Amino acid sequence: MFEWPEPFVVRALLAGLGLAIVAAPLGCIVVWRRMAYVGETLAQSSLLGVALGLALNIDLTLAVIFAAVAAACVLIAFGQQKLLALDSVLGLMHHAALALGIVAIAVLKGPSIDLMGYLFGDVFAVTSGDLIWIYCGGALVLGATIMLWRPLLRLSLHEDLATAEGINPRLSRAAFDILLAVTIAVAMKIVGILLVMAFLIVPAVAARPVASTPERMAVIAAGVASVGVIGGLLLSLHTDSPGGPSIVLAMCLIAIISLLATGRRSG
Amino acid sequence: MPEGLETSLSKSAGHNHHHHGDDCGCGHTHALPLDRSALVSARSLWLTRSGRDVIAGVDLDVRPGEIVTLIGPNGAGKTTLVKLMLGIEWPDRGQLWRPDTTRIGYVPQRFDVDRAIPMTVARFLSLGHDATSSEIAATLAEVGAERTIHQQLSQLSGGETQRVLIARALLRKPNLLVLDEPARGVDYVGEADLYDLIGRLRDSRRLGVLLISHDLHVVMAKSDRVICINGHVCCSGKPETVAQHAEYARLFGPHAAQALGVYLHHHDHSHDITGVPHPVNAAAPDQRSP
Repeated sequence: MFEWPEPFVVRALLAGLGLAIVAAPLGCIVVWRRMAYVGETLAQSSLLGVALGLALNIDLTLAVIFAAVAAACVLIAFGQQKLLALDSVLGLMHHAALALGIVAIAVLKGPSIDLMGYLFGDVFAVTSGDLIWIYCGGALVLGATIMLWRPLLRLSLHEDLATAEGINPRLSRAAFDILLAVTIAVAMKIVGILLVMAFLIVPAVAARPVASTPERMAVIAAGVASVGVIGGLLLSLHTDSPGGPSIVLAMCLIAIISLLATGRRSG
Repeated sequence: MPEGLETSLSKSAGHNHHHHGDDCGCGHTHALPLDRSALVSARSLWLTRSGRDVIAGVDLDVRPGEIVTLIGPNGAGKTTLVKLMLGIEWPDRGQLWRPDTTRIGYVPQRFDVDRAIPMTVARFLSLGHDATSSEIAATLAEVGAERTIHQQLSQLSGGETQRVLIARALLRKPNLLVLDEPARGVDYVGEADLYDLIGRLRDSRRLGVLLISHDLHVVMAKSDRVICINGHVCCSGKPETVAQHAEYARLFGPHAAQALGVYLHHHDHSHDITGVPHPVNAAAPDQRSP
């Protein structure tokens, strides 16, 4: 007999599927442009947003988006200089943001606050308000991604060629960094700051061996992410494991199967 | 006056009459105005990076239908000069003229497609302009790469990649084709074929061509002018005469003059060309780096 799942399960599923679709094309671009570390840094900076939200007593989602976008702006500014390698800047920011975030939250709320919820997310705690954020924000991000898709794809292929053909590389890169920051800030609720980049990167990695064009890779990645969300939630409900890590685990399993299967075929 | 981009930058006008002790008798006459009949024209371009003059007072014109070849040692600023001409980078000083009627097809130096990006040749050629699939097929046939159409970019050989890049440049319907070391990573026969193709495209499509040669010792015989660059313009001339310049010998060493080979066009049997195609001379000072 089919039983309607509990409302919190339905909300978790809707949140996961919405983010899966929005994050997939962005994740492909992150993989192509080798920006995984940039994403990790933006994610860790989101923790500062939590501290900011607690300190000022404002909406946490808004505060987290603000912090991630501010971190993206700092990265964009650092991208214009040649004194420090981007990798060094990221290595500094990434750890500074995490350490400062944890210290600030502890000072503001005492050591009793549950950091685990921020570090690994709590998909079953998603509220209707969160769903509105995910679907309205997600639609905006997806629309902007579609508009930026061709310039970003051409920049990923060859920056000088794209520039010679009339694309503004700085503008496109900055716009993408900000989209990435917003997506990470919203997705953090579900998978937490430590695993949020897996939500973007792992489906793209799984899709690569079976895709022949960039657009197919994005669509397949969205499919992989959706299957991962459903599989992860089922695993979590049956074994009482935490939701976010279960979803990421399911995605990683699909990616490993995809890589092994295609590796055997071509090797 | 035709419409177009004209950049005129002058942080310090005093440098405009800079000379470089060139003893080849082709000194710079910076009083020359921009050539407004050219596809692209530059006067007294200067670019300084980390205190070094990468480009020092270069004048360069490419006129319709002419092939201009840039040669020079590694680090001479050839690629940087081309990027300035294309507007990818900006000079610190100098004048640049690129009329709106100039449509550029650019073939960059390295095109190592990341294996993380799935991309067929057909999709690559349709990306960013409205070419129909029949136009794409016809252009691939024109460059002799019709068999690659369904292949992945990351699986192409060096020569195939160059042909696909030339096809992409041609789909933009250019009147100026700019190629940065098109024969890099291509074997000796493939190199001759590529130069043959570029010569034919110039003739059939009446293109101006600006070409960086990857190899000091081999230049394309159909070049109308060979310009030897080392930050500044050392000397320039016909392919068969440029090696006779004293400045050329000073820059590339005494053996280089003997080592300069000139590719004969396959169907061109004119007898005024002194060089013949031959492999890089072992005594040459600037071997192709491995």
